[in-house]
Amino acid sequence: MMAIRELKVCLLGDTGVGKSSIVCRFVQDHFDHNISPTIGASFMTKTVPCGNELHKFLIWDTAGQERFHSLAPMYYRGSAAAVIVYDITKQDSFHTLKKWVKELKEHGPENIVMAIAGNKCDLSDIREVPMKDAKEYAESIGAIVVETSAKNAVNIEELFQGISRQIPPLDPHENGNNGAIKLGKQTSQTGGN
Amino acid sequence: MAADVHKKKGWEVPNGSLTPGDGQHTERSESPTPGLAQGTEPGAGQEGAMFVHTRSYEDLTSPEDGAAVARSPEERCGEPGEPTTMEQISKDFSELSTQLTGMALDLEEEMRQSKEGKLEPSPQTTRRDSVLSGKEEEDVTMDAWRMHRKHVFVLSEAGKPVYSRYGSEEALSSTMGVMMALVSFLEAEKNAIRSIHADGYKVVFVRRSPLVLVAVARTRQSEQEIAHELLYIYYQILSLLTWTQLNHIFQQKQNYDLRRLLAGSERITDNLLDLMAHDPSFLMGAVRCLPLAASVRDAVSSSLQQAKAKSLVFSILLSGNQLVSLVRKKDQFLHPIDLHLLFNLISSSSSFREGEAWTPICLPKFNSSGFFHAHISYLEQEMDLCLLLVSTDREDFFTVSDCKRRFQERLRRRGVHHALQEALRTPFYSVAQVGIPDLRHFIYKSKSSGLFTSPEIEAPYVREEEKERLLGLYQYLHSRAHNSSRPLKNIYFTGPRENLLAWVTSAFELYICYSPLGTKAGAISAVNKLMKWIRKEEDRLFILTPQTY
Repeated sequence: MMAIRELKVCLLGDTGVGKSSIVCRFVQDHFDHNISPTIGASFMTKTVPCGNELHKFLIWDTAGQERFHSLAPMYYRGSAAAVIVYDITKQDSFHTLKKWVKELKEHGPENIVMAIAGNKCDLSDIREVPMKDAKEYAESIGAIVVETSAKNAVNIEELFQGISRQIPPLDPHENGNNGAIKLGKQTSQTGGN
Repeated sequence: MAADVHKKKGWEVPNGSLTPGDGQHTERSESPTPGLAQGTEPGAGQEGAMFVHTRSYEDLTSPEDGAAVARSPEERCGEPGEPTTMEQISKDFSELSTQLTGMALDLEEEMRQSKEGKLEPSPQTTRRDSVLSGKEEEDVTMDAWRMHRKHVFVLSEAGKPVYSRYGSEEALSSTMGVMMALVSFLEAEKNAIRSIHADGYKVVFVRRSPLVLVAVARTRQSEQEIAHELLYIYYQILSLLTWTQLNHIFQQKQNYDLRRLLAGSERITDNLLDLMAHDPSFLMGAVRCLPLAASVRDAVSSSLQQAKAKSLVFSILLSGNQLVSLVRKKDQFLHPIDLHLLFNLISSSSSFREGEAWTPICLPKFNSSGFFHAHISYLEQEMDLCLLLVSTDREDFFTVSDCKRRFQERLRRRGVHHALQEALRTPFYSVAQVGIPDLRHFIYKSKSSGLFTSPEIEAPYVREEEKERLLGLYQYLHSRAHNSSRPLKNIYFTGPRENLLAWVTSAFELYICYSPLGTKAGAISAVNKLMKWIRKEEDRLFILTPQTY
């Protein structure tokens, strides 16, 4: 029997960049044009095989609107990985992404896996953020980077596979709950690293 | 920041009582009489209420003075005074007689005129626009913008735009500046502007520091009712920010642009305004229940009750904008306004359909200084059944999520799942079930339980405008019945397209709409028959045994 490993992952980024659409595509393989903005945060899970383990992603899809900003630490705290999303057609959203990275570096868990997703790559004809900028930036902070399209199901699986590969192998002393920390008081001590 | 429920025992209730006095619920007469004591009317809870007891317009601290209410001398209406018998009622209604028809025709006329206005945008298109594109802005210089039946503006005391129902706030900043100037001008003289009446328009101001809310309406609503809607908008904003945070922000920076913090919430406010134009819940200040066999509802309620957790304050199951079940912490009462805001939140966003949502929410009438944390999820993808678990602890997501799992498990084990599904297939009942041929529609509210019941709106009120017109008539009767300077107990209204009758007692409110060919005597006997029917069906239409954890 394969070991199940729970990985807490949070999605961060500006409002309207497609965080929920990415999660919806990944978890349900479904896309909705008229999706409403997330209120608060939304929780979903998906289990995928990775090598000889099963990775159960506990996904926190957070709301991008400013009034929910102060809640973010609750979701990235104890996370094994953070997916930070921007919209390739909106320069501002790339700027917001950098702010999120900065916040994660300062207050996030040590060794959190960071993945940058440039969403809406199906709209590359109205692109504002060159792929090169994102690549260089990602390299400078040691993050995974990929351009995605939740609409056309481009690179969504790959994004999460990339995260899976970056998760350090199980330490035999740990109990298989690496990063699978509950959103509760017992969290931060165990950490995702 | 969690709302402190435990310290809230010494509730402040405007009218002094939370629940009807104990021991009043025992006698439930077969055929209700007008002299029914509060707590014994059809729909009254047998074990007390689940809501805070409210009056109509309880929040309007300054009562309307008589001067603001135009009244023609011909109008004669039932004077306040407790009617004791059915005969008395029928006598009162006879006296009302046809004098009211003159006024009724005016109303018809005005409604017809407004409908013929060619520039009038249809309510559906504007609504669709605002939902689809978030905020596809209209040109505020166009006539179409001016022709909207009701505008709502929210601004800060610095005159900065916060919200506008139609058109972009930026484009309206000078208009809002004028509004603020009007408010300040009168305040300098230690006066307060309440409304301006001109050319068929009512401009109503509600001041809730640090915000000013303004409506420009040419609906038939009274000033009081429009102000009541503005208060709902104010509470809606509080539910996102809390009163404490809102005040703190403006204390720090008087000219803060609040739109930053409210970004993305416009559709919630838009939806609230749309709902208020269609759903009588807001007018009645009460909550409608999904019709459900008492045994099924009891099973659902006790399943909810058993799936409790320490931090849970309210467990609410709802379908559409109807309540299926509500379980609350002992000694904690929900206010209907807070529940309406929750209903609105859920109906305004499709995002709750995916996964489990966890969001801070302030219930301003419960405690405007703190956030609760609500777990919101649909029980099944294809089923319109939404579960709302309100917790005091923002770290308690997984505990609360487990409550949902336990609730669903219990539902399955009790085998009520299927019965629930059946009930959801017919979320509204037909007025034909009452068996009164001339009866077209009615609204009945039990005051002690804060619940009301109403059948589906059927022919001839098929088109959206027709439905709104019917609600407009109810609004009109309601505003006459609750006019603070001259409240009425009985109103008989004769119109060319329908007759209406309103009857307000200390225990209940009843509004019926029936065929224009029906006679007054017929209407009065219909009331009698209808009340008996509601009594007979009350355990299906109301929640008579509210549960606590």
